[in-house]
Amino acid sequence: MLLRHSVEPWPTRRELLTLREAETDPRYGFRPEERPIQELMSYGYIPLDKPRGPTSGEITERVRRMLGVERAGHGGTLD
Amino acid sequence: MRGGDPAVSGLLPILLGNATKGSAQAHKYPKEYICLLRLHGEVEDPELEWGLTQFIGEFYQTPPVRANVARQVRRKTLFEAEVIERIGRDILLRLIVSGGTYVRKLCHDLGLILGVGAHMVELRRVRIGPASEGKAVTLQQLQRAVWRFRAEGDEGGLREVIKPIEDFLSYMPRIVIFDSAVDAVCHGAPLAKPGIAAIDPDISRGMEVGIYTLKGEIVAIGEALKSSQEVLKEGGIVARTDTVFMRRGTYPPRWGRGKSKTS
Repeated sequence: MLLRHSVEPWPTRRELLTLREAETDPRYGFRPEERPIQELMSYGYIPLDKPRGPTSGEITERVRRMLGVERAGHGGTLD
Repeated sequence: MRGGDPAVSGLLPILLGNATKGSAQAHKYPKEYICLLRLHGEVEDPELEWGLTQFIGEFYQTPPVRANVARQVRRKTLFEAEVIERIGRDILLRLIVSGGTYVRKLCHDLGLILGVGAHMVELRRVRIGPASEGKAVTLQQLQRAVWRFRAEGDEGGLREVIKPIEDFLSYMPRIVIFDSAVDAVCHGAPLAKPGIAAIDPDISRGMEVGIYTLKGEIVAIGEALKSSQEVLKEGGIVARTDTVFMRRGTYPPRWGRGKSKTS
């Protein structure tokens, strides 16, 4: 038994329109996939499989300590 | 809910450092769940289907008493509901709901509509926006990757479990800006047309947009003040900068000096 709403939940994005061609200076920033590991810990996320039991907040704190990062938060509480 | 719940598991994106600012997006994303619901009385299949149909599309939900939000009725969406398996009063459901929907409450309300009562026995989240279960990382995998990094200096494992935050924000329409505009946006300046290299064709006024560098890094999330079509036709301010992700000074400050003095 499958019931569906007429609206699709996941958006599909079309190709970008280029207004003006440009180069980017390799001296600044990093392509996301080439970030050094320390940068990744500032601009990264872990798609964690939360086990049953602990709260989202407890899990987040555990991960924060494990990685030794200053700040961590969770996306969409799962309690 | 405070105190947690032993029967709830699944995808929980952990956002690190500056990426923590993406949590508002995570909250708004639609989510997919596998849910075990227990009916408190006899319900035939056609009745169950009728009951679920009542929630398909938009429905109203009052947050549970223990939720950390104001208890006012809110409009939610049930995009999809599927009965995967049924053993008597136990129903295994797959649900896709809009952000902020309480599945426990949905189960309770379904029980009311069916006239027999029902409650949620177990819940597993299998997708949140662009992140789905297939790529989920267990605490053990993470622990092992951290250990390999600390003990052996091997970052390979960590790289497999920590993804760029851009992967998680990919559902937002995007605007790509020139290097010269990046630092201004990092300082919270609104984005004007001359700073834009490329733009998503489907932006309308008031939409949340991701502002990206040419390298594909997220700079900020803003609100579109013009639609894509308007941007193509005219100049001026295109987006207001709301949430800045990128650290100031990542790109050189070139703004306010005039074009002739750059390079």
